[in-house]
Amino acid sequence: MSISSQLLQYIFTGIAIGSIYGMVALGFNIIYNATGIINLAQGEFVMLGGMIMISLTNVLKLPMVLGFFISVGIVTLIGAGFERGAIHPLKNPSVLTLIIITIAGSILFKGGAMFIWGKQTYSLPPFSSGSSVRIMGAYLSPQTLWILGIMVAVMAALVFFFNFTIIGKAMKACAVNKTAAALVGINVKLMVLFSFALSAAIGAVAGIIITPVALMDYDRGTMLAIKGFAAAVLGGLGSNIGAVIAGFIIGLIESVSAGFISSGYKDAIALLVLLLVLFLKPSGIMGSLEGKKFKK
Amino acid sequence: MLKVRNLKSFYGYLQALRGVSIHVEEGEIVALIGANGAGKTTLLNSIAGIISSKKGQILFKDKDITHFPPQQIVKQGISLVPEGRQLFTPLSVMDNLILGAYQRYKRKNKDNIEADLDRVFHFFPILKERRKQLAGTLSGGEQQMLAIARALMSKPKLLLLDEPSMGLAPKVVKEIFRIILELQKEGTTIFLVEQNAKMALGIANRGYVIETGRIVIQGSSQELLGNKEIRRAYLGRGYKKVWE
Ligand SMILES: Nc1ncnc2c1ncn2[C@@H]1O[C@H](COP(=O)(O)OP(=O)(O)OP(=O)(O)O)[C@@H](O)[C@H]1O
Ligand SMILES: [Mg+2]
Repeated sequence: MSISSQLLQYIFTGIAIGSIYGMVALGFNIIYNATGIINLAQGEFVMLGGMIMISLTNVLKLPMVLGFFISVGIVTLIGAGFERGAIHPLKNPSVLTLIIITIAGSILFKGGAMFIWGKQTYSLPPFSSGSSVRIMGAYLSPQTLWILGIMVAVMAALVFFFNFTIIGKAMKACAVNKTAAALVGINVKLMVLFSFALSAAIGAVAGIIITPVALMDYDRGTMLAIKGFAAAVLGGLGSNIGAVIAGFIIGLIESVSAGFISSGYKDAIALLVLLLVLFLKPSGIMGSLEGKKFKK
Repeated sequence: MLKVRNLKSFYGYLQALRGVSIHVEEGEIVALIGANGAGKTTLLNSIAGIISSKKGQILFKDKDITHFPPQQIVKQGISLVPEGRQLFTPLSVMDNLILGAYQRYKRKNKDNIEADLDRVFHFFPILKERRKQLAGTLSGGEQQMLAIARALMSKPKLLLLDEPSMGLAPKVVKEIFRIILELQKEGTTIFLVEQNAKMALGIANRGYVIETGRIVIQGSSQELLGNKEIRRAYLGRGYKKVWE
């Protein structure tokens, strides 16, 4: 394989993994915008999405499409239940308290997953059975196209939701000014519930589409959350376009450095780049307002 | 229509209202005047449900709404134009207005919303021109108009206004007060908080004076405008320099 086709190969991989980081980052953003907190259980939603899909299709033998929607539905309910059970009952909690609760949630979900599925790594068949396309010596698998396509669809749905539906606008209004949102009659706490449900759903989608290429086990959530968080911060916390672009940047850096340097260093290199960008432009690439809000 | 009885509101341990009782009858404009820090905003925010730490009683159309959350209070027909306007600045003028009608959107009354948009555009034609602009890029006067228009979109029976004249040029203030009068004629009841006592009492039927969390004087606008103490404290000097 020539250097250039090797590079192209890493780029394909980077795009696939970067789409996932971008989607995890979108999940962080949605909850951050509604509550001002970083939901550290975000990675667990991704893991649960993959694991539940595996059980539904491999064990219960449900068809792919049905399994997909049921998995996303279950994880959405888990996200909503987490909000109602652990976040909602608190009166005027501090941001720090909430973040610690999400850490507890993450540990709980991970423990639960280990209890149910054990420590094995599972796999899913790719969504379509076609063989990889050969482009300039590199192989582009159909699953990569699925991942990219679904990510774009999720992004488009979000843009539509936040700009053209009244609930989406209300969620945006809560992010901008909670007092004003309450004054026009928006139930702010209900929007927080919606934000957890929506983040969980997006996380589950990410987990399902990545499993055929990256496999899944109970412990995958943490690293995905770290990378997704890196993408959210790099993109400018709260900015959805920033999240997607930053997801690609981190995915690409990671897969290229894994290929050309060593896969042992790939996590470190991706995070190093994040730190570097944050030194140079602390608000992230797309963030201006949001970054300032975060530092406050 | 609105009865507040012996209301005490707290910020943590700090008590900002020390037993306030007021009432507003249907069709009235009632003014509340007082110096900085007297508790005017606290009273409005308590009625609107933004301040939840309170004792006493708030009745609206004989219903006890003291401990209703803000969204329930909007649903009852009370809308607050808050101090400092509190617009959704990164959203468009149109989106701000649509969100003002959020409660009714939810109940699928979408058809009436067009009519209400026409109504607020009739009051504030400038907002129609600016409807695609981001709220944060409007001038101060336009922002105040948008804040009022947004509150009107919920079709309130009772409109609470917190210092609508603040920071605006006299000409704009006049325009806003003219619209407040017009709203009254159309049947909206108005409770108006102002430091600009002269203008407020000029359009109000009755008024209250609040000092350090207590109502100290009340009466018809004529009485208040004739009251010596009020003339000395609130009408004599420029209102920016007023002390208790
Ligand atoms: N969020 C808060 N936390 C603590 N104390 C507050 C808070 N908001 C207001 N106060 C205090 O409550 C009292 C009443 O304040 P309030 O804002 O109601 O006054 P106001 O009459 O609206 O004044 P202004 O004319 O300056 O708007 C003041 O002593 C103020 O310092
Ligand atoms: Mg005030």
